[in-house]
Amino acid sequence: MTAQATAPHIGTTAPASNLLLAVDGVTVDFDGFKALNGFSLTLDRGTLRVLIGPNGAGKSTLCDTIIGRVRATSGRVIFKGQDITHLPEHEIVRRGICRKFQTPGVLPGLSVVDNLMIAARRDRRWWSSFRHGVAAEEKARVADILETIGLADRAAAPAGQLAHGEKQWLEIGMVVATRADLLLLDEPTAGMGPAETSQTAALIRRLVGQHTVLVIDHDMSFLEQLDARVTVMHQGQFLKEGSVAAIRADADVAAVYLGRAKEDTHHD
Amino acid sequence: MDMSLRKNTPLSGPLAGIAFGRSLAVPLAVVALGVLAPWLVSAYELNLLARFLAMALLAMGLVLVWGQGGVLSLGQGVFFGLGGYAIAMHMKLAALADGDLPDFMVWSGLDALPWWWVPFKSPLVAILGVVLVPGAVAALFSWAVFRRRVGGVYFALITQALALAFATLLISQQPSTGGFNGLTDFQTLMGVELGTPAAAHGLYWLTLALVVGVFVALRALMASRYGLLLRAIRDGENRIRFLGYDPTPFKVVAFTIGAVLAGLAGALFTLHAGVVSPALVGVVPSIEMVIWVAVGGRNSLAGAIAGTLAVNLAKDGVSSAFPDLWLYALGLVFVLVVTLLPGGLAGLVADAGAAGLGKRLKTLIIGEAK
Ligand SMILES: Nc1ncnc2c1ncn2[C@@H]1O[C@H](COP(=O)(O)OP(=O)(O)OP(=O)(O)O)[C@@H](O)[C@H]1O
Ligand SMILES: [Mg+2]
Repeated sequence: MTAQATAPHIGTTAPASNLLLAVDGVTVDFDGFKALNGFSLTLDRGTLRVLIGPNGAGKSTLCDTIIGRVRATSGRVIFKGQDITHLPEHEIVRRGICRKFQTPGVLPGLSVVDNLMIAARRDRRWWSSFRHGVAAEEKARVADILETIGLADRAAAPAGQLAHGEKQWLEIGMVVATRADLLLLDEPTAGMGPAETSQTAALIRRLVGQHTVLVIDHDMSFLEQLDARVTVMHQGQFLKEGSVAAIRADADVAAVYLGRAKEDTHHD
Repeated sequence: MDMSLRKNTPLSGPLAGIAFGRSLAVPLAVVALGVLAPWLVSAYELNLLARFLAMALLAMGLVLVWGQGGVLSLGQGVFFGLGGYAIAMHMKLAALADGDLPDFMVWSGLDALPWWWVPFKSPLVAILGVVLVPGAVAALFSWAVFRRRVGGVYFALITQALALAFATLLISQQPSTGGFNGLTDFQTLMGVELGTPAAAHGLYWLTLALVVGVFVALRALMASRYGLLLRAIRDGENRIRFLGYDPTPFKVVAFTIGAVLAGLAGALFTLHAGVVSPALVGVVPSIEMVIWVAVGGRNSLAGAIAGTLAVNLAKDGVSSAFPDLWLYALGLVFVLVVTLLPGGLAGLVADAGAAGLGKRLKTLIIGEAK
């Protein structure tokens, strides 16, 4: 578990049975601008990984590519041993990947509990939406998540009325409710104070094991609380991977962040 | 049907019975009044009411499509017309001896019935056609469009173009469609003489029964998990997609139901009015249909019925007195509703119930920080 300077390569990181996700040399070209440039990443089942990088490094684009919102110009995304690069978005989700968006993506007009119920529903085919009744297991799961994210007493409130931090938690709850094997959490603590951030870190740590979690965040104290392996990306490329301490001490990482800090003082 | 964990029973025991009785009392009284209408109003007024109730079927469909699904269709006239022409073609053919042609075809020099007219000789085909033709056209069209993720203003423009094309086609194919004059002069439907008071009453009650049935069915649909997902797609299509749902079929189903109801409305309207013509199905009538629902409240079935009746009654009054003024008046009403009353009449009633009419009027006048 030392910092390594080379990009992980498919098949060498772990035995295939333990490998959940492999992003294999993905390039995303936005009219000549490469938001991802030959980027690779592998995640083992039940692990937690943090992805950092300066603004515009391509972190959100990576999530978008895994989930099918943005299509790779070249390269592949392999999930549970199958190529999902070209599947429709809802198919990718049904195979077990769910994503939290950078700006909270809750359904504002629906109640908190309805948001979770829609997420928890196993059978998402349109014709089964005419069927009545909710599986007891889905109800129990939603009640459980409501407790976990601390919104049990707001269950009937429209999600649009929640505070920003509560929306973040609700969306994390929704992502968890889908039972996805892989959770992609894009800046889950944005807009949260220190206390809420700590609670979020604790919540995420509890998810690991049952889920594989990829977290994108900038907040150093949050990263320390997560205490996971960190992958650093820069300009769409892999830069470094290692423990939080190793990454903090790394001169290349510091240079990338400092270089950016000079250009962009506005960032938090 | 109930997806929520909430125990939605603030009232229980005898209190619940009273609330239930009260909530049903108003609709039952309205329906009873509707049933008795043939003895309460003149034949002319009954005919107007019957036409407006037929249009209310279409309006309720728009509640599902536009209010719940967030899909603005400016082409409902097309489906209204498909239903209307389907039944009209049958009635034209039913009045003829075998081998004869409808009068306008003879005058246009046609010597054989166009092939697409032939199946409508059968009453069964015609009645099925009233719902199946608009339904099938809507399903194929909306599937092709929604699958490509076309929505919002672009979808509205495409449907408007469809209405324009449909009306133009009907006019240009005069020999086989009756052209600008459309189809008119119907005598019988399934052996029943039209134009008698008995037929008028029967058709009126049939329309009323369909309005009630569709109201109840759509209410259940909107309260179902399907309804919840439709609203969720309206509010956040991407979020729903990335929760593993495919939004396309949900929207196609709503649009198809809306078209089937429009077809039914068109057929009944044709029976009540005794005519169907391109002037009823083009761009302007399609926009009018949206305005009925905007006025009534696009998320309320009762509002859509009320809006349809109110706007059409006003139209009847204004356009008989000042024919040139109607479109201006309608445009003005639309602007006022969109800017001041986004919830339409239904929103006004709900707010008046919740907060008192005075407060609502105050909000209307001074505005409200949103
Ligand atoms: N649809 C798009 N079209 C063109 N360029 C895009 C598009 N989406 C993202 N980009 C560009 O790609 C780069 C990577 O964006 P991305 O959102 O992935 O960065 P990020 O690492 O998530 O940054 P942040 O920390 O600000 O969230 C940015 O320069 C961005 O402007
Ligand atoms: Mg981002």
